[in-house]
Amino acid sequence: MCGIVGLFSKKEVISSNLGLHLSKMLESMSDRGPDSAGLAIYGKPTARKTKIMVQSQAPETDFKRLKKFLLSKKSLPFDLKIHSTHAVIKLDIKNKDLVTGFIKNTFPNLRILSVGKKMEIYKEVGKPVEVVKRFSIHKMQGSHGIGHTRMATESAVTTLGAHPFSTGEDQCLVHNGSLSNHNSLRRELIRKDMIFETENDSEVAASFITDKMKCGQSLKEALESALIELDGFFTFVVGTENGFGVLRDPIACKPAVLAETSDYVAFGSEYRALTSLPNIEKARVWEPEPATVYFWGH
Amino acid sequence: MHTLDFKKLSLREINKTLQGSDNNSSFTIKNPKGSHALAAGINKKIDVKVLGSVGYYCAGMNKKSSIKIEGSAGPGLGENMMSGNIHVTGDVSQYAGASGHGGNILVEGNASSRCGISMKGIDIVIKGNVGHMSAFMAQKGTLVIFGDAGHALGDSIYEANIYIAGKVSSLGADCVEKKMTKKHIINLKNILSNANLTDDNLGRFKRFGSSRSLYNFKVDNAKI
Repeated sequence: MCGIVGLFSKKEVISSNLGLHLSKMLESMSDRGPDSAGLAIYGKPTARKTKIMVQSQAPETDFKRLKKFLLSKKSLPFDLKIHSTHAVIKLDIKNKDLVTGFIKNTFPNLRILSVGKKMEIYKEVGKPVEVVKRFSIHKMQGSHGIGHTRMATESAVTTLGAHPFSTGEDQCLVHNGSLSNHNSLRRELIRKDMIFETENDSEVAASFITDKMKCGQSLKEALESALIELDGFFTFVVGTENGFGVLRDPIACKPAVLAETSDYVAFGSEYRALTSLPNIEKARVWEPEPATVYFWGH
Repeated sequence: MHTLDFKKLSLREINKTLQGSDNNSSFTIKNPKGSHALAAGINKKIDVKVLGSVGYYCAGMNKKSSIKIEGSAGPGLGENMMSGNIHVTGDVSQYAGASGHGGNILVEGNASSRCGISMKGIDIVIKGNVGHMSAFMAQKGTLVIFGDAGHALGDSIYEANIYIAGKVSSLGADCVEKKMTKKHIINLKNILSNANLTDDNLGRFKRFGSSRSLYNFKVDNAKI
């Protein structure tokens, strides 16, 4: 099954409570997948800064060591905030590659979840209510965000197997469904120097879209390519720096509902996910068409 | 008239009340908020009005009862319905009326994919459009579509009738257009009348059904 949600804010009244709205939406989808849960929140960017999200199984020791290591490097200003098993490292964009290199080479136990100016990803094993509480998602603000609660089918129940998957800067994807040609696609993408952290099919979908966009396609074109080359069942919600896109495969047996008001656009696997939103009874509610790309951007 | 409110009662309590009620009673259900399997398995001649949208499998296996949903319905509305009627003022999701044996469903909005899949005698009237693969393997009954139909309408259809006023994206295997005779106009009029609908321009409807070419094994199809 799996449950997915997304919220795109058009007004400050939604942005200032984005985390709270998304938390309620995701918690309402808990019985679609109790294995793990995750969210991507797009907050306000800081000029010339970017954020690296890292995850650790032993946060107390790992993050202390990481902080000490980064402090020992001269002229490398950074800010490190710890949220349970995750840490957000905010730093100058120009130092991004240097620091990701340090993390990969010196701290093999740390997993880089995402890199981006706006996006922060929080995901862990456990039910949505536990994940939301662990990271205080309900207190977060942002312009848009997406979330996922997982019923694992294709790979192990681990933190890295949880969604959203991020394979490009400020890009992430959540998936309901299963892909049948992910192994062959993964091999092709590895030949193109894409890096994979898991055996998961949804990571291949995220990587596929990132690769197409690296080759110059727009998000719309990349999603249209996905319709041709991905074999299997999918409803995707894809987050980018500016907004989110929705795509269902041509058979469209994985459910999807969209709602729009003058304040927001919301996505849910089911209508239940939308019932906590303000003025939902006055919203235009509809089911996205199969094999059709939808996108809302700021 | 009894009122059952999700703010005070659980889904199980509401369904138990509906299933255990006396014939000819009436119920209004408040705050359904997309709940699953609401009013499923009713076997009484009762009236149920639902104020708001419902989730999966609403009114599944319905027998005798009359259910009105003032909102939209999720996947599997009226699945395997035997008799009675269901009226939805909004849209319905996938496979509405799937394998329904009898009774009728009226949807004022659109229905998505696989509407009336494997229907076995139910009459379904959709005022808007239907999605792809509607009336797939339909065996008996009628699907009336005022709007357009998605791809592969009536794929592998048996003896059900499809009446459609709008455009058909494509027909499924073995589904063909058939002549609309006086008999069929009367049939359509009766089905609409059962759904409390009248229409002065039934002549615009086209009829589709099975060409029956998949009925028998053909040795030519077995050639390697």
